[in-house]
Amino acid sequence: MTLQPTFQIEMLNFHYGATQALHNVSIDIMPREITALIGPSGCGKSTFLRCLNRMNDTIPDTEISGRIRLEGRDIYAPDADTTELRQRVGLVFQRPNPFPQSIFDNVAFGPRVLGTVSGRNLQELVEDSLRGAALWDEVATTLTSPALSLSLGQQQRLCIARLLAVKPDVILMDEPCSALDPIATTKVEELMRQLKEQYTIVVVTHSMQQAARVSDKTGFFWLGELVEFDETNTIFTRPTVQRTEEYITGRFG
Amino acid sequence: MNPEDGTRVMTTTTRKSTHRKPLEILLEALVRVAGYSAVVFVALIFIFLMREALPTFNEISISELFSRRWYPIEDYFGTLPLLTGSLVITLGAALIAVPFGLMTAVYISEIAPRWLREFLKPLVEVLGGIPSVVLGFLGILVLAPLVREILHIPTGLTAFTGAVLLAGMAIPTIVSVAEDALDTVPKSYRDAALALGATRWQTIWRITVPAARSGVLTATMLGIGRAIGETMTVMMVTGNAPQIASGLSAIFMPLRTMTATIAAEMGEVANGSVHYHALFYIGLALFLISLTVNLTASAVLFRARRRSERLLS
Repeated sequence: MTLQPTFQIEMLNFHYGATQALHNVSIDIMPREITALIGPSGCGKSTFLRCLNRMNDTIPDTEISGRIRLEGRDIYAPDADTTELRQRVGLVFQRPNPFPQSIFDNVAFGPRVLGTVSGRNLQELVEDSLRGAALWDEVATTLTSPALSLSLGQQQRLCIARLLAVKPDVILMDEPCSALDPIATTKVEELMRQLKEQYTIVVVTHSMQQAARVSDKTGFFWLGELVEFDETNTIFTRPTVQRTEEYITGRFG
Repeated sequence: MNPEDGTRVMTTTTRKSTHRKPLEILLEALVRVAGYSAVVFVALIFIFLMREALPTFNEISISELFSRRWYPIEDYFGTLPLLTGSLVITLGAALIAVPFGLMTAVYISEIAPRWLREFLKPLVEVLGGIPSVVLGFLGILVLAPLVREILHIPTGLTAFTGAVLLAGMAIPTIVSVAEDALDTVPKSYRDAALALGATRWQTIWRITVPAARSGVLTATMLGIGRAIGETMTVMMVTGNAPQIASGLSAIFMPLRTMTATIAAEMGEVANGSVHYHALFYIGLALFLISLTVNLTASAVLFRARRRSERLLS
């Protein structure tokens, strides 16, 4: 049996005003895998990521064409529900952005907004989510203290826990470790490997080592085009396009 | 340039800065005087108020000062109706202005498209600059007759009319300050909430407004402060009857505020008389009330800021 891709993206084009940020990007993202997107700054990889949960909708003066299907359904269809989409496809931001509230309230935000869980179940869900983000042992006794008192690395894992609490299918990560120190980065990468068992992950990263360490597939973006997309191993050992090779060997970018 | 030149230049500039120019000394002195003068003026005003108001306590007993009848011609100096008058009107204005002002601020900051926002913000500020006499005119000519006809009451010059107009004066302040506060909430909070599947309303009420709460509180306090001190409008539209009406219908009866009393009677009072001292006593009370409101507001703000500093360090 062949696996159905989680995301099927066909001929995606994206404009900020008059500037075209993405050119005819087509890619299939497979479930329970980590897909890494690499490329120099401004190459469109973050824009691409934000198309997948329609976070670009909040930016005025943008235009999108092409098709993105999540498990067969067009997420830009007129009757598509963006809030439901964003619950299924969560986003971890570049800088940790916990709410200025307690640790517990941060994780409970999603479930409370959905209104599905309350009371004892909510406490269990918060605990499960914090465990899922490998943060529980560090914060179990300080759930009521402010989230902003955590270290940056803990804050980023808290943001991941907050995401897990709404039970998404896909986790998008936009340079999740660029604000973190090496030890915190290692922890987040370990976490990504664990999360892969249950979730589909797409990660944008500036660190080629990170892409090589954690991902199953790697896509190389350059000037808004997807230059090459393949198994991570292949990309880093036998790239077929010369641009890719030049980038990963550090000759430009 | 060789390194020796560099060191020589540096030493000369250091020496220059210890020998300051006379102009700089003069400017610094001027700025310092300007800064101290604010303190001195407030102190002088307070001393003056005290000097004119304190004799009241010898001339009028405390129990009479808080009795229910203000009729200076016959030596009745009960300030209670004036105090309740001011409180009723301020409270009424706050009840209208705070929710309305906050909602307007949320609309301008969070919902309105950019072009409308650029248009509404200056408009609100212009609204805040309308002289209170002009609003009083509107109150007498438009609002008061309307209130009288709709409610079938003998006069439209009521506490309610005054509260509505005062709210109109406080709203621009509240909107402007609250909007600035909402504006400083980092976009990353909103993005985080939206990315979790929250709707725009949930994002506003659960994240953006709570994150801006200290600014929102300042806005409320400034708005209320403006309402307490306002004189002209309330004098024109509240009927100026120093009475304490009981029950809910009091809202639709005339009343008189502390500010209006001073403004109306100060011109005709004999210098140094009992009445004159009583008016200054009212002024002193007003001063203390607004001082309390401001101190409370800044204490709350200070605590909030201390907490956020602790978090960031």
